[in-house]
Amino acid sequence: MNTSSRPWDRVRAIAAKDLTAERRAKANIVSVTSFGALTLLVFGFAVGPDSATLRATAAGILWLAVLFSGVLVFHRSYQLELEGGALEALLLYPGERWEIFAGKVLANLSVVFLVELIVIPLAVVFYGIPVPSHWLALLAVVVLGTIGFVTLGTFYAAMASRARSREVLLPLLLFPMLVPVLLAASEGSAALLAGDPMGDAGAWLRLLIAFDVIFVLASLLIFQHIIEA
Amino acid sequence: MSEEPGQRSLPGGDAISLRGITRRFGHKWALRGIELDVGLSELVVIQGPNGSGKSTLLRIIATAVVPTGGAGHVVGLDLRRAAAAIRSRCALLGSTNGLYEDLSARENLLFAARMLGVRQPAVAIADVLAQVNLTNDADERVRFYSSGMQRRLALARIMLREPQVLLLDEPFNALDADGADVVNALIARSIARGAAVLIVLHDLARLAHRPTRSLALGQGRLA
Repeated sequence: MNTSSRPWDRVRAIAAKDLTAERRAKANIVSVTSFGALTLLVFGFAVGPDSATLRATAAGILWLAVLFSGVLVFHRSYQLELEGGALEALLLYPGERWEIFAGKVLANLSVVFLVELIVIPLAVVFYGIPVPSHWLALLAVVVLGTIGFVTLGTFYAAMASRARSREVLLPLLLFPMLVPVLLAASEGSAALLAGDPMGDAGAWLRLLIAFDVIFVLASLLIFQHIIEA
Repeated sequence: MSEEPGQRSLPGGDAISLRGITRRFGHKWALRGIELDVGLSELVVIQGPNGSGKSTLLRIIATAVVPTGGAGHVVGLDLRRAAAAIRSRCALLGSTNGLYEDLSARENLLFAARMLGVRQPAVAIADVLAQVNLTNDADERVRFYSSGMQRRLALARIMLREPQVLLLDEPFNALDADGADVVNALIARSIARGAAVLIVLHDLARLAHRPTRSLALGQGRLA
């Protein structure tokens, strides 16, 4: 049988496979999105009914809701491979290890963006957030923040995937590493939602770009040692 | 043809050449100094008690496990330096089937075909599904398959390619007589086109071909 595959074909194949499995298990995406919505609601109750305080804290709470939901997505991403010993079969296909990582990041990005598509409008309603004038820059912060978050999440989920207590280990490994991305994303979002009065949103945006470049390159390089350990 | 990094000419047509291969898991030695040469078109059976290191040996040759010590070449490629190139010339049917339970049989094979770069995947998938007699159940989720059907599907995935080295770990597990015929036909085809076949097997009676050699592995050593 005539065979030859290119790296990008394999990256797309892995992403498509993960998304098909995710689509099949509808309960997972529903649970993840509901969990995100519930987080928004619970934090809203904790902050109190004052509309000004709610608006001021909205960006940070929104990113926390995405973070908590994302951890469930990352965990599921490798759970797929562990059921039935599929991880070993995946590692035995021709090609380099970074292709597996890139495929998984693409699939996880799609799922987390889908969660954000539902959670962000809910946050607008719950917290009374006005549509900002700098909406394009805000969109860039959301996209860049999500890329950094998903890259790190996918990487650490691979590291935790073979541990017995992986459900606990993943947040323990991931959350401290996420501080820079979370800080830049929530501060950048808050600044833009407030109309960027101090003009510091651009700096947060540049910081996010720098983090993303570093995290993506470092993860692609190190992933081989993590997945073969 | 130019040689790839880590590649050498096949000495005397050796498809597999292992020298002093060891592997340790924690404190336990799974393999202790394995010396093995398997030529092209050879059918070699490895037998031994449970826990003797048979599966580990196949997984090392397939590059799923990195050896602790020793050196080895598979189709002339260095086990450590050219693992990615070995993976494109070597196929392993492991003791687990490695299938995605939420996908259908056809989707599992489509994924494998994309990873392998199979040209005309739809035709190839229809062909292998027919060979393992799963055409009528091809769109069922694997989660609802019996263990025998899952083994057939794992075989179908191997049949999407024509590796130079075929590694089979208890291939007859969970298979009925028809399934065993599929395995034997796969072995016959592989040998006929010059591939080396290495099988870990407890029950030789189900193997339709006379092996070139039978080796015994005990306590991590080949006898």
